[in-house]
This record gives sequence, structure tokens and C-alpha cells, in this order.
Amino acid sequence: MKYLDEYRDGAIAAKLVEEIRRVQTRPWVIMEVCGGQTHSIVKNGIDRLLPSGIELVHGPGCPVCVTPLEMIDKAHAIARRPEVIFCSFGDMLRVPGSNGDLFTIKSLGGDVRVVYSPIDCLKIARANPDKKVVFFAIGFETTAPANAMLAWRAKADRLRNISLLVSHVLVPPAIETILSSPVNRVQGFLGPGHVCAVVGYGDYEPLAKRFHVPIVITGFEPLDILDGVLMTVRQLETGRAEVENQYSRILGRGGNRPAQDVIEKVFEVRDRKWRGVGEIARSGYRLRSEFRDFDAEQIFDVAAIDTEESQVCISGQILQGIKKPHDCPAFGTACTPQHPLGATMVSAEGACAAYYAYGRHLDESELVTLGGAA
Amino acid sequence: MTPAEMLERDQKQRDQKQGEQDQTSQAMFGQCPLPIFDHPQIVLGHGSGGKLTAELIEKVFLSRFRNPALERMDDQAQLEIGGARLAFTTDSFVVTPIFFPGGDIGTLAVNGTVNDLAMGGAKPLYLAAAFILEEGLASAELERVADSMRAAAAQAGVQLVTGDTKVVNRGKGDKVFITTTGIGVIDRGTRLSADGARPGDKILLSGTIGDHGVTILSTREELDFECALESDCAALNGLVEEMLDEAEASGDVQAIHCMRDPTRGGVATTLNEIAGRSQVGMLLEEQVIPVRDSVRGACEMLGLDPLYVANEGKMIAVVAPEIADRVLERMRRHPLGRAATMIGEVIAQHPRMVLAKTAVGGTRVVDLLFGEQLPRIC
Repeated sequence: MKYLDEYRDGAIAAKLVEEIRRVQTRPWVIMEVCGGQTHSIVKNGIDRLLPSGIELVHGPGCPVCVTPLEMIDKAHAIARRPEVIFCSFGDMLRVPGSNGDLFTIKSLGGDVRVVYSPIDCLKIARANPDKKVVFFAIGFETTAPANAMLAWRAKADRLRNISLLVSHVLVPPAIETILSSPVNRVQGFLGPGHVCAVVGYGDYEPLAKRFHVPIVITGFEPLDILDGVLMTVRQLETGRAEVENQYSRILGRGGNRPAQDVIEKVFEVRDRKWRGVGEIARSGYRLRSEFRDFDAEQIFDVAAIDTEESQVCISGQILQGIKKPHDCPAFGTACTPQHPLGATMVSAEGACAAYYAYGRHLDESELVTLGGAA
Repeated sequence: MTPAEMLERDQKQRDQKQGEQDQTSQAMFGQCPLPIFDHPQIVLGHGSGGKLTAELIEKVFLSRFRNPALERMDDQAQLEIGGARLAFTTDSFVVTPIFFPGGDIGTLAVNGTVNDLAMGGAKPLYLAAAFILEEGLASAELERVADSMRAAAAQAGVQLVTGDTKVVNRGKGDKVFITTTGIGVIDRGTRLSADGARPGDKILLSGTIGDHGVTILSTREELDFECALESDCAALNGLVEEMLDEAEASGDVQAIHCMRDPTRGGVATTLNEIAGRSQVGMLLEEQVIPVRDSVRGACEMLGLDPLYVANEGKMIAVVAPEIADRVLERMRRHPLGRAATMIGEVIAQHPRMVLAKTAVGGTRVVDLLFGEQLPRIC
């Protein structure tokens, strides 16, 4: 299939792996920032292809994982209301709050719907004038333009029965938090391709310089990721610390201006809590005051909900690559994908969930043999 | 408090709560050996075919009705009555919308049950059909569904010999629900079951995957998603006959160890079930699994994996290596098996797990899903 198979070619992959092996002289720890990259790595078995000295650490870029428990409880409180049609991206439905998940709420009569585009909410709102349509606007910079567009269109069309529960987060402050940690192990980053397609990568240049760390903006197909790893290793081996663009077929330094404009008009930067990490200054968006009438937190009076995270969970350290899932006393016992205690067990691409699904039964050496890549 | 202490405290609280529950249920019902089904209500995931469905069946039904025929947990029960071997099965159909490209709820209802019988090596003979109709359903639509059922039954060579109709209030159903029950005769010495896979066996797949599931998705209004796709809905008994003929001609009809139609939950779920029941591992070549470009494109866009998407006219056969090539050749000569492919093999390592070699040369685990496959946000 065109535009896909070219980036999944086994022969080219083998060459890239060989080149990484040739360039690399010592162990390196590289973090892929984006949840989509983690997914691709696990789905294609890329981590098993790499030379043993290259350690990939799954970063904080899974929007479902990092949405704080308290925000999920707010979402559930709203979704339980009889007058509400609660719309969400699909993978948010199974994320448990303090009391069940959105599927449970649906089974008890809540009107919970999966949408593929936030704009679908406009249609739902028009078709149900006696209901209040609420969209759970989560994600990174990638989903921000479409989510912003929903608020923008709702205001322009004077739709009174639509609102957004906003829990938007930004990548650069998260990278800064990781790099500022005294126990940080990450030496290079695969930067988030889709995020940068929207906002560009200018914001990453000061980070690369200040922390002397290579950041390679990378795509999502297997060859993109191997190429990104190779570019990062080359920088590390030669002592460079630059922002490079592996994903140049999609994006340039400036990103997508019209998308940035709509974000700018609708959202403003604020402090945000991250599940497993805590509060990070200026790390997310909220609706600007002109759009406060569309802010579900105001409309449904859920600001008082303030849920504490489990104290046992070490997902914050796992997200930063400091600890492995097996280091956690709750892993696989008190904490499982069915009953997650923290961020990294919540979504299938979280590090703990991936270890739980794939690492429980298998000896690493066996997998490498099966893959024929050893 | 240290983490270990906190955990211990949590566990104690849970144990205490569980103990209280046990005591209450004992007081009310006497000592009950049934496993505890810890979902206060049914969620959609219980119908997904994944882990939740397995748990529901195990804890609510299997535990209560346990008997040798049921315990085989195949798509059909195989029974011996008066010296004859019979296959017996039932299936309910609740698809929305009821009409879709490539078929409708009527064709599904006939073919689904015919296929469940055929997978047991049976010649499907007779069907029963029960209709739950929603008040307000257009009679013309019901007639159209009935016409489809007649055509599908004629094509599969089965007769509809008994049935039932009920009408429920508007809003209590979704136009029409159909349950079909089928009976067929197993007239060869087959031994087909999900526990029959052996290391070294080859895994054959009859054609492209995901067509039905993606077609249904694309017709759902809220997705606003268009593609030129058709459901693969078809009766597989003809194809099965040819495969069994081929095995018989090779001298051992039992060399076909297992046949399954990968409906809800897709190929991944079906293979996990076989691997689990047979206590074997499986290694797939992901690259050779046939998927139409339109299905792949849709799955890429929606963040779905075609291995978990439903099929209604495809089958998987686990076959002894000696006759695998012959059977595959024979499948390819049949109209419903033209794209048949050997997608992998059964291995002794990693029992109960399905692994796949990926296009780039990595390996991944193809796990059973917990519930419904959900579109990913990024």
C-alpha cells in the first residue's frame, strides 16, 4: 500500500539497524516522546531489533495516560448527568476513574459516544437541542487545533448546548521536567512528529542547547523510528546536541500556521497537572475568557473534585525512564490493566501495560531469536 | 508507611470486603461454589469476543451448565444420537444498520449458523429462526430480510424448518434481532476441535481479513466515512467440503485438526482461543496475511488492527504439515478461497501465545483484547 509499505520495508530496516550498530560505540538511553511512537515500536517489535546497547524509554506522550485521575473523575461526574451527551475519543472510554469507566456509565444509562473528530459534536448538538453535549478535549498540541475549532465553530454558530472539558497538555514543558530531574537518564529524544507538524520545532531548540541533548523530530512508521534512532545515535557519538528533522516529508520548522492561529484564538497556556508526574508550570491549555461559556468545568460545577493518586504507584519515575515496571511492588498484583493504579498501566501503550501484556511470559532472548534479528 | 505496607493494608481491606460479600451470599444462598462475576452490570465489552466475553461465559454460564459437549467450547456442539454424529449450534444477530453493502442481517443470520456447523465438519441441514421485531419496523424491510434469508439458505443448501416471532415496544429493540439455530450431520470420521492444534501444524486462512467489520463501521452514520467495500458474508460449507475431500483423498481426514471462522474479535481472537485450548504457541508471518488496501487504509486512519476486525465469510484451518500444501491448493480453486494463504505455524514454544513476525523483522505478541477494540487518539 502506497505511503505505508515504503516505510515498513524489512530490507531497509535491516540496513538501518546495521548502520546503528556500526555507528554506536557505547550504550545510550533514548526516549521516544510520543505515545504513537511507542505504539509503533511495540506493534512492530522495533525495540527487539535494536542493538542491545540502545535502550528506548517510553516517554510521557500518551495523552490518555497523562490525563490526571481528577480530570477523569470530573468527566465521569459530567457523563453521569441525565441531560448530558458525553463525547470522547475512543481510547478514553476504558480509562478507570475512582468509580468505574465510561463504559460502566454507558451501561447504567449515560449517553456516552465515541467521536472521531471533535467537529462531529456540532452535528450531535444540533440534532439534540434539549441535551447538553460535552466533549472531552484531551491531548497534546496534535489534537488542539481540531478541539479549538469545535469551540470556535460552536461560538460562531451560537450553539448554546455544547461545551468542552479541557485537559490539554504541551510537550516541551514535559521534556524540560524530565531533563531537570537530578536522576535523569535520558540522553537523547525522538521528538513528537505530529505535535511538531502543528506547532513546528522552534521551541525545542532552546531545550537542546540548554541541556545539551539531541532531539530528532521523528515520524511513526518503523523506518521513521529506526532512522530517528540512527540520527540521534550519530549526534550522541559525535557530541552534537541539535534539533534535527527526520520527518521532513510532513513538517517544516514553522509548523502549520493556520492551525496555530486557531489554537491561539481559543486557548491560553496555563499550569497543568500530569498523571504520575504532578503539576508542571505552563504545561497545558485552557479556554480563553471569551470562550468561558463553553467551559464544561464552569457549567457543571465540578471544580471541587480533587482526587488523590495512589501513593504506591511509581509511574512518574517510569515515565521518566528512572525505574522499570518490575521495580514497582504493585506491578501485576495490585496494579493490572483491568485495575490500573497509575498512568503507565492505563493505556495499552503505557510502559507498564506493555510489559504486562508482552513481558510477563517471555524471556527477552527468546523474542530476539524469534525475530531473527539477533 | 512504606509502599509494601500500603499494599498490605489495601489487600487486607479488599480481603475483608470480599469476606463480607462471601458471608452475605452464603447466608442468602447457602454455600455457592460458583466463581464470582465481579461486574455489577453488563458492559458492551462483554459482547466483544475478548477477555470480558470469555470471563462472562466461564463464570456465568459454563460454571452452571458444565457438561462434556459444552466444555469443548467450539462454535458448535458435536453430539451422538442414535449412532449418528450431529452438529448443533445457535447464534444471535444484532447488527446496525440491518442493511449494508454485501449483505444484510438476514444473510448474516443464515450464513453465520451454517458456518458454525461447517467448522465442525458437518453438512448443515436444517435451521430454526427466531425474530424479535421492534414495533414500527417497516414490513417491506422485514420482507427484504426474509428474501435474503431464503436466497442465502438456498445457496447454502439448508432449509428453514421452524421459527418464532415476537414484537417488542418501540425503543425496546433495534428494528430486528434474529436468532438462528442449526443442525447438521457429521458424516465423515473428522476430529475437528480447537484443542487439536499440534506443533508443526500449518495455519491456513481462506482470504482477506477485516472486510465485514470495516464495511459495517463505514456505514455507521456518526463516522462519516466512505469506502467502496463490501462485507465478505458467505456460507463456507462448500469450501469446507472440498477441504475435507482433499484430506480424505490424502488418506487421513483427521489431518485437518481444527477449523474456525474468525467472526467477532477477528483472526487474532480466534487464534488465541485455539492456542489456549491446544496449549500450543503460534508464530504468524504478519506480512503475508491478506488485507485489502481499502481495509488497511481505513484501519490505519481509525487506529484499528485488522487482525481484530470481524469477518463473516472467512475461515482458519490448522492442518498437519504433510497435507497443508494440498489443502491450500484445493482452497484456492474454490471461489471463496482464491486468496487463501498459509499465514503461520503452530509451535511448541510460548504455549497459549500468538506471536507475529512483523514486516520490518521484529516480533510482537498478538494478545487477546480485553474488550472492544477502540480507536486510538494518536
